[in-house]
Amino acid sequence: MAGILIYAEVQKGELKKGAFEITSKAKEFGQEVSACIIGSGAEALAPELAKYGADKIYVVDGPEYENYVTEAFVQAFVQVAQQVQPSIILTSSTAQGKDITPAIAARLQVGCFSDCVDLSLNGDKIVVKRPMYAGKAYVLAEATATQQIASIRPNSFPINENAGAGAVEKVTVSLDAAKIKAVVKSVEIAESDEPDQTEAEIIVSGGRGMKGPEGFPMIEALAKALGPGSTTGASRAAVDAGWRDHAYQVGQTGKTVSPNLYIACGISGAIQHLAGMGTSKVIVAINKDAEAPIFSKADYGVVDDLFKVVPALTEEVKKIRS
Amino acid sequence: MNTVVCMKQVPDTETLIKVNPEGTGIATEGIKWVMGPYDEFAVEEALQQKEKFKAGTVSIVSLGPDRAIEAIRTGLAMGADSAVHINDSAFYDKADPYATAAVLAAAVKNLEYDIVFLGKQAVDDDSGQVPAILAEMLGIPVITQVLKLEVEADKSKATVTREVEGGHAIIDVTLPAVLSAQKGLNEPRYASLPGIMKAKKKPVDVKTAADLGVDVGSMTVIKEMTLPPARQAGKVIEGETPEEKAANLAKALHEEAKLI
Repeated sequence: MAGILIYAEVQKGELKKGAFEITSKAKEFGQEVSACIIGSGAEALAPELAKYGADKIYVVDGPEYENYVTEAFVQAFVQVAQQVQPSIILTSSTAQGKDITPAIAARLQVGCFSDCVDLSLNGDKIVVKRPMYAGKAYVLAEATATQQIASIRPNSFPINENAGAGAVEKVTVSLDAAKIKAVVKSVEIAESDEPDQTEAEIIVSGGRGMKGPEGFPMIEALAKALGPGSTTGASRAAVDAGWRDHAYQVGQTGKTVSPNLYIACGISGAIQHLAGMGTSKVIVAINKDAEAPIFSKADYGVVDDLFKVVPALTEEVKKIRS
Repeated sequence: MNTVVCMKQVPDTETLIKVNPEGTGIATEGIKWVMGPYDEFAVEEALQQKEKFKAGTVSIVSLGPDRAIEAIRTGLAMGADSAVHINDSAFYDKADPYATAAVLAAAVKNLEYDIVFLGKQAVDDDSGQVPAILAEMLGIPVITQVLKLEVEADKSKATVTREVEGGHAIIDVTLPAVLSAQKGLNEPRYASLPGIMKAKKKPVDVKTAADLGVDVGSMTVIKEMTLPPARQAGKVIEGETPEEKAANLAKALHEEAKLI
């Protein structure tokens, strides 16, 4: 067993940014970096991974991989892993990564680390840094054996161009149909160019101070003005009030995010919310309550009526960006 | 409709986490312990399915020290019928997701189930691995992040809506299966006073890992726990009017932070 094998996730016919991040990081360890791409039309995507350091790219391509379904993808990946025999498997901790990673670990019976934010090597073992309690604490952890798998939180590592050999091998896997007991009937994905909150560079988030669902188009407009890579979020108060879907919730019972810029509008800053966004590089708080706990964590605070500040900020951002 | 709910007692999400003097885990003094927030959805769904089928049992399985009985009683007070409390501190203190799944699987195997429910993750270690590993050990399929569930009348399969990035997927799955609950699946009930009284008399079977024949070690070890660096309050943006403050903020983000 040696080398690193990457699970390179495909969505909407393209490789996810996280696949380039983990390939770039893997390349730093001076070991052979292999990657596995599973998807309909996956073969065409292989050259892109070589650019960031993949030496060998295993492609599992076919119409049966059009939609992600846990069991079929696990079987395909595990067959590639058994051929490659890597010591380390890396995945990206996206929504799909969170589903497939423990399933791969269970099938291969190897130690598994979720949602890691840093990675180093100690001999043939990886040492991971990962958050617990939604980021209220961090641990360094290690596997007890030399075969191990870790999912890496998006935005944890920069993408570096550092070409690998990029040899492409098409793999034909034999799926055990008897074990595939779940069938995807349909997938409904909202038409949106916005990134997922966990991958966004900028998040404009609204809380109880938004006063109702009708306030949210205002923060959507600000996110849009801030450019692609921006999206919106919400506090638990806004989600529990039914103003926003849970998919937007940031915090301990929602998503843990780490964007370059987090703009908290009308969010007081409950402990469970601060845990979910505390690693944002720059935090802005807009709230008319000067005593709100969010201000103690914010790099920039605006104490005023968000319904006046946010639209004005949107106009200023448009001016600067044009 | 028989279901098992695997749940975990965790610190309340409003807890300020501190590290113990050894730097190996959290300081537990003064913590308010609660049933995992996602586990509440799992218990509620199990109860709703039992009510819909007007038959069957809801069994709780939980790994945890003595204090975990409080969360187990909460589940029983909500309406679950019985519980297995795997109370084994030596095992619990070192258990990673793999070892946890192994001991849960051993307990679940002794119970009747069409569906095993769990929360999508425990909000303490946030690993979210146990549902998939447990399913593998039980040899049944797993669907994670479930938002909606419809079970067929003959209980042979279910139609499940699960959260995927940017939307959701609708999946047909053969039962028995492991399903992990996402927020949005239902609105968990509160335990009623009669429920709390009745819960005191419901059977709780206390086991150790050895009782269950489990001798599985952990595959991962925590070496060190630290707190993230504390953030300092930054600048308050000045201005006479909200518009002026907005302009000064935009300027700071553009010129100082270089983010726009």
